[in-house]
Amino acid sequence: MTVVEQEYLKVIVFQLADKEYAIPVSNVQGIEKLMHITRVPKTPKYVKGVINLRGVVTPILDLRERFAIPVSNQEETTRIIIITLDEMEVGFIVDSANDVIDIPVDSIEQQPEVVGSNEEDFISGVAKIDNRLLILLHLDKVLNPQT
Amino acid sequence: MELNQYLEMFIEESKEHLQSCSDNLLELEKNPDDLTIVNEIFRSAHTLKGMSATMGYEDLADLTHKMENVLDAIRNEKIHVNAEILDVVFESVDHLEEMVMNIADGGDGKRNVSETVEKLKRIESGEPVAASSASQNQINESAPAESAATTAEIAIAPALEYDDFEKTILLQSTEQGFNAFEIAVTLSAGCLLKAARVYMVFDILEKNGDVVKSSPTVDKLEEEQFDQDFKVALISQTSEDELRSKILKVSEVENVTIIPLSKDVFVQSAVSESKTPVEQPAAEEATAVAIPEQKKEENNSQKAAPAKHAASKTIRVSIERLDILMNLFEELVIDRGRLQSIATEVNHSELNETVERMSRTMGDLQTIVLTMRMIPIETVFNRFPKMVRTLSRDLNKKINLEVIGAETELDRTVIDEIGDPLVHLIRNSVDHGIESPEVRRANGKPEEGNVTLRAYHSGNYVFIEIEDDGAGINREKVLKKAISKGIVSKEAALTLSDRQINELILASGFSTADSISDISGRGVGLDVVKTTIESLGGSISIESTEGSGSIFSIQLPLTLSIISVMLVEIEQEIYAVPLSSIIETSIIKNSDILNAHNQKVIDFRGKVVPLIFLDEIFEVPRNEGKEDEYHSVVIVRKGDKLAGLVVDSFIGQQEIVLKSLGNYLSNIFAISGATILGNGKVALIVDCNALMK
Repeated sequence: MTVVEQEYLKVIVFQLADKEYAIPVSNVQGIEKLMHITRVPKTPKYVKGVINLRGVVTPILDLRERFAIPVSNQEETTRIIIITLDEMEVGFIVDSANDVIDIPVDSIEQQPEVVGSNEEDFISGVAKIDNRLLILLHLDKVLNPQT
Repeated sequence: MELNQYLEMFIEESKEHLQSCSDNLLELEKNPDDLTIVNEIFRSAHTLKGMSATMGYEDLADLTHKMENVLDAIRNEKIHVNAEILDVVFESVDHLEEMVMNIADGGDGKRNVSETVEKLKRIESGEPVAASSASQNQINESAPAESAATTAEIAIAPALEYDDFEKTILLQSTEQGFNAFEIAVTLSAGCLLKAARVYMVFDILEKNGDVVKSSPTVDKLEEEQFDQDFKVALISQTSEDELRSKILKVSEVENVTIIPLSKDVFVQSAVSESKTPVEQPAAEEATAVAIPEQKKEENNSQKAAPAKHAASKTIRVSIERLDILMNLFEELVIDRGRLQSIATEVNHSELNETVERMSRTMGDLQTIVLTMRMIPIETVFNRFPKMVRTLSRDLNKKINLEVIGAETELDRTVIDEIGDPLVHLIRNSVDHGIESPEVRRANGKPEEGNVTLRAYHSGNYVFIEIEDDGAGINREKVLKKAISKGIVSKEAALTLSDRQINELILASGFSTADSISDISGRGVGLDVVKTTIESLGGSISIESTEGSGSIFSIQLPLTLSIISVMLVEIEQEIYAVPLSSIIETSIIKNSDILNAHNQKVIDFRGKVVPLIFLDEIFEVPRNEGKEDEYHSVVIVRKGDKLAGLVVDSFIGQQEIVLKSLGNYLSNIFAISGATILGNGKVALIVDCNALMK
C-alpha cells in the first residue's frame, strides 16, 4: 500500500438562493419536509418557531433570514435540516437539500476576503469540488444570537 | 480488572453508607451509651472500606480504616464517646463525603486528610494496642468478643456474635444432643459467581441441619456484598469432618474451617453481653422463647437492615429507564388527545366507548407511572441534620432539628431542584431565626432553639414547611430596610399587609441581618429561593410572629411532567394556561372595561383586576382589526394578586405533557414551555407568574 490515505470530510450539501452550502454529516440528525411551525413570540426574526419532531419540540431557524438573503416562497423542495451542536437541537429551513458528499480535507480553503457578503461571518471555509463551490458553515456562529 | 461498570454502583452505595454513618452518628450523639449504634456505624464504615479498597481508592479506604479503628475502640468500650471524638468522626465523614463526590465528578478521590488522620490516631493511641490490633483484623466482620477471647483460646473463639435469641437456640439444641458449629468458608479469589456458590453451600448446610446465623447476613451474601469469606452458625447432627468434605465439594470453595461451639461459649458471651447498657436477660434464664424476645431480635441492630429490605420487595430500576417509560407514556398521552378529538369529530358510539375506556385505563396508568418516579423527600432531608449540627456549632447556638414527613414522595425532577432552596431556608432559620442562647434565656425561652422541617401531601400539592421558634420577622426593620433599598416606596409601604411585608425579605437585594455572615449569604439567597420555587411551578409564603418564630411554607406541584391546562385560542394560535393558576373564566362586554392609569381593568366580584391582552404580549399577527363586543377572559392568580388574560376564545381543558423548548430557546418571556397537541402541533404554555409583576 503506497497510496497516501486522504482524509475526507462527509458533508450534507444544501442550497440557499444560488449558492451551495455544506455542514458536516456528524452534526446532522436528519432532513425533514416542511411541517407546521408554531410561532414563538419575542424571538429574533429568523427564529420561525418550533416544530414537533417526533415528540421533541425543536426550534426552527430560517437560514435565508439569518443570512439576510431575501425570503422566497416555500417550494416543494424546501427542507428542514435538523442539526445538533453542543446538546442543542435546531432545525434550519433551506431551499433544498441536495447531496451527501465526501470532500478531501485538503481542498478546504480559508474563505476569500470578500467585502459586502452578509454571511461571511458564518463561513468557516470554502471547498471546490469539480465545478461546485461549497461554502462550509460555522455552526457555532450561526446559532450564536450575538453574531 | 475493568471496574468502570461498577463505579456508578460504588458511588451510590458509598453515599448510602456515608448517609447511614452520619445519621447514626447524630443518633449516637443523643444516646452516647448505645453501643448498637456504634456497631451500625462500624458496619457501614467497614463495608465502605472494603468497597473503596476493591475499587482502588486507597485514600478513601485508608481514612475509613482509621475511622473504623476509633469506632472499634468505642465499640469495645476502650474509649468513651464524647463530643470531641464525635467531632473528629464527623470531620472524617465530611472528608469521606468530599472524596466520594470527587470520585463521582470523575476525580481520583484524593484529598489531604493528614490532620484528621492525626486526630483519629491520637484518639486511638490513648488506648492499649490490643484495641487497634483487633480492629485491624479486616476479615472478621465483627471482632471476637473480649471476654470470650480471654477465656477460650483465640483459635476456637467464635468470630460471630450472637444475640440472646440465637444463643438460646444454640444452647437448647446442644442440650438436645445436636452439634453446634461455626463454619468459616473461604471462596477462591477468582470466584465469579459468589452468590451461586453461597447458595450451593447453604443448600448443603440446610440439608444437614439448620443455619442459625450467618455473617454477613443472607441478604448481603446473595447480593455478593462480601469479600471472599463468610461465616455460618449451624446446628446439625452431621459430624464435623463430613460437613467439611461436603462443603469442599462445591467448586471454588478454597477453605473450610469448622469450629465446634461449646456450651461454655454461649454462657460466657452471654454474661459479657449483659454488661452492655442494653439490659438483656442472660441466656440461661431465657429458656422459653417468648415473643418479646423475638421482637428484640427484630429490633437488634444487626438484623435491622435486612428486615427493612424484606418489608417491601423492591427492585432497582435505573432512572434512565424510568425516563424512557415516561417519554413513551407522554407519547401515549398525546395520542390519546388525538384519538379523543377524532372521536368527537366522527361521533361513532362504539368508537366513543372505546376511547372512553382507554382514557380511563390511561388515567390509572398515568397514576402508576407518575408514582413510580416519586422518591421520598428523605433523600433531600437527610443531609440537613448534620448541616444544622455544624451550623449551630459554628454559631454557638443550641438547635434541635426535627424532621417530620421525610417519607413524603415527590417527583424526581422536583427533588433534584428543591435541595438548594431548602438549604438556603434552613440556613436562614438557623442564622437569622434562632437567637443565641443568652438572648433566648433573656426572653424566657428555652436555650435550645427548635427548627422543624415538615413535609406533607395535600391535594395535588406537596407542602414543605420550615418552622423555627426564633425571633420572627421584625416588620418595622424589614420595612425600613426595604424602603431604604428602594424595594418599595414609602407610600406603598403603608398599604402593605403583614404577610406582604414578610415576603419583602424574599425580594432581591435584601439582607436584614446586621452583619453579613457566610452562613446565610449576602441577601442574594432568598430571592433565588423564590425564583427556583416559582420555576418549579410552586410558591412560597411566610408567616411570622415577632418574638415567637416564623414558618416558611413552600407549595409544590406533585409532578412537573403532566399538567392540566386550559387551551385558549388567539387568532390561529393555541396557547395553554396551567389550570393551577386559573381561578375562573368569564366573558366580559366592552363596556365592562374601565381605564385606570393607562391600564385596562375590570371589576371582578368587587375586586379591581387588571387586564392583560395576550395578543399584544405575544405579538400575534392580526388578520384584520376586528373589534368584538365581547371578550373571553381567563382570571389567573399569583399569590394574592389577580389578573385577567384576554383571549379570543376558550377551547377546553386538557391533560398535557410539559416539554421544554430546548436549549436554544431558553428564557422566552412569559412562556414556560411547550406541549404537543392532539393534532401533532406544538402549543406554548403561558407562564402566568411572569405576566404579573
